[in-house]
Amino acid sequence: MSYLSLSDQDKKEMLARMGVASVDDLFCCIPDAVRLKRPLDLPAAQSEIELVRTIEAIGRKNAGTGLLSFLGGGAYEHFIPTVVDYLSSRGEFVSPYTPYQPEVSQGSLQVIFEFQTLICQLTGLDIANASLYEGGTAVAEAVLMAQRVTGRNKVVLARSLHPQFREVVRTYIKSLGVEAVEVPFGPDGRIDGAALAQALDDGTAAVVYQSPNFFGVVEDVKALSDAAHGVKAMSVAIVAEAVSLGLLEAPGALGADIVTGEAQSLGIPLSFGGPYLGFMACRKEFLRQMPGRVAGQTSDKDGQRGFVLTLATREQHIRRERATSNICTNQALCALRATIFMETLGKQGLREMAWQNVQKAAYAADRLTAVRGVKKVFSGPVFNEFAVALPKPWPVVDAALKAKGLIGGYGLEPAYPELRNAALVCVTEMRTKDQIDRLAQALEEVLS
Amino acid sequence: MIKEIREPLVFEIGAPGKRAAELPALDVPEKKDPLPGVPLRKEIEGFPEISETEVTRHFTRLSQKNYCVDVGIYPLGSCTMKYNPKINERLAAHPAFAASHPLASEDLVQGDLEVLKTLEGMLCEIAGMDAFTLQPAAGAHGELTGMMLVRAALEARGDARKYVLIPDSAHGTNPSSAHICGYTVKEIKSNENGTIDLAGLEREMTDEVAALMVTNPNTLGVFEPDIQKIAAIVHAKGGFVYMDGANMNALAGVVRPGDMGIDVLHINLHKTFSTPHGGGGPGSGPVGVKKELVPYLPVPVITEKGGRYALDFDRPGTIGRVRSHFGNFSVIVRALCYVLSLGPKGVREMAEIAVFNANYIRKSLEGEYHLKYTTPSMHECVFSDKFQKEFGVSNLDISKRLIDFGFHPPTMSFPLIVHGALMIEPTETESRRDLDLFIEAMKTIAREAKENPEVLHAAPHVTYVGRLDEVAAAKFPVLRWEKKP
Repeated sequence: MSYLSLSDQDKKEMLARMGVASVDDLFCCIPDAVRLKRPLDLPAAQSEIELVRTIEAIGRKNAGTGLLSFLGGGAYEHFIPTVVDYLSSRGEFVSPYTPYQPEVSQGSLQVIFEFQTLICQLTGLDIANASLYEGGTAVAEAVLMAQRVTGRNKVVLARSLHPQFREVVRTYIKSLGVEAVEVPFGPDGRIDGAALAQALDDGTAAVVYQSPNFFGVVEDVKALSDAAHGVKAMSVAIVAEAVSLGLLEAPGALGADIVTGEAQSLGIPLSFGGPYLGFMACRKEFLRQMPGRVAGQTSDKDGQRGFVLTLATREQHIRRERATSNICTNQALCALRATIFMETLGKQGLREMAWQNVQKAAYAADRLTAVRGVKKVFSGPVFNEFAVALPKPWPVVDAALKAKGLIGGYGLEPAYPELRNAALVCVTEMRTKDQIDRLAQALEEVLS
Repeated sequence: MIKEIREPLVFEIGAPGKRAAELPALDVPEKKDPLPGVPLRKEIEGFPEISETEVTRHFTRLSQKNYCVDVGIYPLGSCTMKYNPKINERLAAHPAFAASHPLASEDLVQGDLEVLKTLEGMLCEIAGMDAFTLQPAAGAHGELTGMMLVRAALEARGDARKYVLIPDSAHGTNPSSAHICGYTVKEIKSNENGTIDLAGLEREMTDEVAALMVTNPNTLGVFEPDIQKIAAIVHAKGGFVYMDGANMNALAGVVRPGDMGIDVLHINLHKTFSTPHGGGGPGSGPVGVKKELVPYLPVPVITEKGGRYALDFDRPGTIGRVRSHFGNFSVIVRALCYVLSLGPKGVREMAEIAVFNANYIRKSLEGEYHLKYTTPSMHECVFSDKFQKEFGVSNLDISKRLIDFGFHPPTMSFPLIVHGALMIEPTETESRRDLDLFIEAMKTIAREAKENPEVLHAAPHVTYVGRLDEVAAAKFPVLRWEKKP
């Protein structure tokens, strides 16, 4: 096997030096009764040439490759500049461990420090952690954090929060005595304000809402934050489309206390759902309750600036069962990609990208709703995706569009039975006007 | 690289108007006010403005301040820092997978589902379990998922129970994960061999205990020789045995957890299965279970019928979703590539040589460094600084001095049952030359501790920064750059 580096001669000499007769003797402590006495039933070893053939053959079974896609819903196809792939593939970033030895990890640590700063700038909050697994678990962590901060056991979840995120929250809180109450959306696609007011009381730990929400509609973050603060609950803004932060006012500036969610948009490939990039930012008074690793600035004895992982007393390896979270390994390499992405796009580029998303989605909405029988489901302002209602069931339309080489959107009815024949259509900067026109044309043909 | 080169923070360089990426001109009619009533930001204050050249230099220079496996031995105990095969990186980034959307319908992602189902099957075979879920994003996430499965199974029996037993040698994530699953942790003391004390376990194991979380080999690198008796004690009281599979690298192909009484375990693909650590993730912590726990697995479960793969959400007993989508997919592709490259013989050889290399280091350093437990080692050995303490030298000094010799330090001060621990795990991929250089460096340091302890206290001497003030970092946290007023 080419990843092993000992020759037979090496082994012989090393065994002699150890005074051991055979490698097998080193396993003497394993009782015979439990030993595996046959070879593992696995495919025979493959050389690199064979491996490439095997994996590429499996890859070819992904019939979605090459179709023109308008899928979004929390996972977005955005431009990834080549420098992101190039720089993030460096072995010095790919193959080290968590930077627990700061003197030999200043690269990783400075990257984390820059990532934390960039996330603070985007969200308008004071502090951010080094990353979390992905959007769903990030929301669950925020809910548990709000419970710790407020000592209250009820959270209000917007129904327009990503359905998978809501499911993850419910899985996490099951055994912790936290209750989740769901608040519906109104005809504009935003949280129903009256229903929210009803749901809030002095037992509410947090109002958890997504903006842009699952339907692409931008929520009124200020009004939601005011409502939460009215009962001394936390305002928790979830962002699943981080590119939107290039254009929309920072949630922290509108009253959000925690901003968390999914940052896959920032330079992470779709990759069938992972690895993605959970992130979390909050106000500094909540620092001690924030989950996850953080890097901080300090200096050596010569006064030289350096970075270290810090505030570990919140974490499991010091605090054990009293830690703020059990998270250990997180998503450092994805955070590195996002850092390179953000620094490459920069101040102007990210804003321009966000602006193009809004414009293209608006154009697509106009084109699609011009098709007879197609209506926009919600009247609220949208970022880069929008829900449309069709005159036929989505599975029928979807199949017909696929036959024309298009993935037209994501059917909403399974997660939202109240949205009959509806689909979510996403348009990023990667879609051209011609492609949008092609979708409109195809839809017209399919529905006629 | 030259020690004197400093790399500023990105926020300290750049100038207004610079950029490193261009987009095509907008090709749709531009609306003047596409978001009526929505507050927009004027700019992202403080955001970088640099050119592509500067981006490339910035990150290349930063990368050069990292030690990594591609440079040399990285002997962190319990972290399994083995070589990361390069072909796996290329295949994981293959456009057929990289461009695959997780919300696309099943018919469009048959290849992705085949990858997942195939690795699930391989892990079942290697671990001797009945089913696997690949969803957990890391080891700790796997632990939490596993404990949720235990809770669900016990609740189905009408008896959720209160306690989880965890040995004092366990990794900190174990108690933390059990706690987040709503359990109260009871610690089990290790015996004089560093393994689980059977009498103590028998005493603590009541019908209020949901599970024992055991790491095997444990964090001392010692195989629990009574694992079957341990399992029998737990099972007799109706509890489950959870195994933290962080150290699976010592067992693969030799012994299967499922054959020694384990009911549920997680495996770290970023340890045993060679996927890169990435400076702290992404990892992947698949969870394997025996039949009794299968009904509770997180959704969706992947099914296969006649070569067609499907996602099954209709599972009444499920604990629910533990994350979005299906797992850290591209990490899973790498692990699949690894098992395919190794084959059955290679997987066993991997464990054999991992154990062989660890014992070679142990034998070579015995006498120079104190071994608190002399029980036979598997894939790692745990020394302490007891001998060097006589000269005022700590495990921290030894670790920092190792850096001067060109090596990453071992895991320090863990497990907690060994005071001043130095936990060394070389893995199977090291050459004899690198092992010998490491051993030589450790011996030299042992000599220096006696003759010239000052050089150790002041180490490291060759890095961009010296020892950093971690106390000040925690006391006066500076967690982001801010513009000077």
